[in-house]
Amino acid sequence: MPNDKNSQKIVDMITGFARSNSLFMLAYGTGCGDIEIPPAMTSRYDWERFGYRKMATPRQADVLLISGYLATKTLKRVIRSYEQMQEPKYVIGFGSCTINGGMYWDSYNTINMLDHYIPVDVYINGCMPRPEAVMSGLFELQEMIKRGDANGAQKYRENLEWYRANQKKIIKNWKMPDYNW
Amino acid sequence: MDEFWMKIIGFVATVLLAFVVGAVYGGLVRKIIARTQNRIGPPWYQNFIDILKLYSKSSAINHGFMQHIAPAMAITASVTVLMFVPVLTGDGWFPWFENLNFKGDLIFLVYMMVFGSLGMALGIGQTGNPNAAIGVSRGLSMMVGYEIPFVMALVALMVQTETTSITGLMEYQDQHGWLMFSSPFAFIAAVMAMLGMFHYGPFDVAFAPSELASGPPSEFGGKYLALMMTSGSIFAFAKLVLFVDIFMNGASNLIILVIKTLVLYMIPVLYGAVSPRYRTEQAIRYFWGWPTFFGALAIIFAIYY
Repeated sequence: MPNDKNSQKIVDMITGFARSNSLFMLAYGTGCGDIEIPPAMTSRYDWERFGYRKMATPRQADVLLISGYLATKTLKRVIRSYEQMQEPKYVIGFGSCTINGGMYWDSYNTINMLDHYIPVDVYINGCMPRPEAVMSGLFELQEMIKRGDANGAQKYRENLEWYRANQKKIIKNWKMPDYNW
Repeated sequence: MDEFWMKIIGFVATVLLAFVVGAVYGGLVRKIIARTQNRIGPPWYQNFIDILKLYSKSSAINHGFMQHIAPAMAITASVTVLMFVPVLTGDGWFPWFENLNFKGDLIFLVYMMVFGSLGMALGIGQTGNPNAAIGVSRGLSMMVGYEIPFVMALVALMVQTETTSITGLMEYQDQHGWLMFSSPFAFIAAVMAMLGMFHYGPFDVAFAPSELASGPPSEFGGKYLALMMTSGSIFAFAKLVLFVDIFMNGASNLIILVIKTLVLYMIPVLYGAVSPRYRTEQAIRYFWGWPTFFGALAIIFAIYY
């Protein structure tokens, strides 16, 4: 969130620069979209030149990359991973499945709209999105961070009851620790 | 009083220099590894951006007191090691860089270099993360591996030069030439131990990315990770300067220091960039093989030559 005071604007500029140029990603690779991440990481598209880096644990990550459809079973793990991440944190919905269910829109065990369960900052459309599309989505996220628009975590905190109600509709046996982030 | 303040300024300047040079080396290493993989790689200042971002993140997790102070212990150990390593010698550009040397500091340093890892291990034990626990046990086993040839090399130097002080070693080198050439087996053993000390290449068993979920630091995010990265940069620089001091007669100004440390640093980095990862027992067997043999040879050489 951008600060109103003029004296804080320079701080915002510096932190915005640092945050947007060093995105540590936690790729949640249960969907088929995760196959597009290795080409984006390795020598063909090499996303490390923009400061992106894959991290293995949610504690260290800034970006949660949901690659494709989410089964109702994996949604629980996504929510736990998301809540363990440290702010500022961003979510990228990857592929059509996260937007409207994609080709699994009438499946009995996948969720259709990711935005109802965790706040999504950037969607990348396509089935599959090519590595170029992935990079363009990440550039968009960078621009949003610089402008101070990527405040999904704040939205999640403010509308927690709504998100929790939606999550509990899908996850029947709700046995999750409460994170006081 | 004046000298006292000069010393304080010297400490602060040394720590800043170590952080800046260590972080730049870290960025260069990422660039070099990227180039060996036919990638372009991040800019050389990427580590500064990462550390700045991590300091600006929130750290709302707490597993207990030990976990909270573990990164602080790591950075304390790094700075302490740095304080006892003479960074620049002689009447260079910064004559106050000789820090807190005393007689026998080489033995002290061998103990002190382990302190940070042990503090981290205690803190990581409290997080209860199984990946981190495996990483710690691997790291400490590796340490048992590489400490033996390293200490053997140091003992050989101590026997040969009859001093246990780093400045004493450098005075010896002023008269007899670099210890790298007059005690070659000790140098070989120490360089082979250095491969494990920097956790690159085939010896990255502790931090094993994609195998252990980044290993020991896997429960540390935000400011904790930033402190650990800062500490790692300082410690890498301190270790390199220690090697340069005891084998290459130190450096009298900053440019020579950078050249010598960079050349030495490229040995583990380039060996690591082209090597796949060992298993833990393979790594330990490696260190107890040829490096230990060269260490023993160095001691015999030092006694009878």
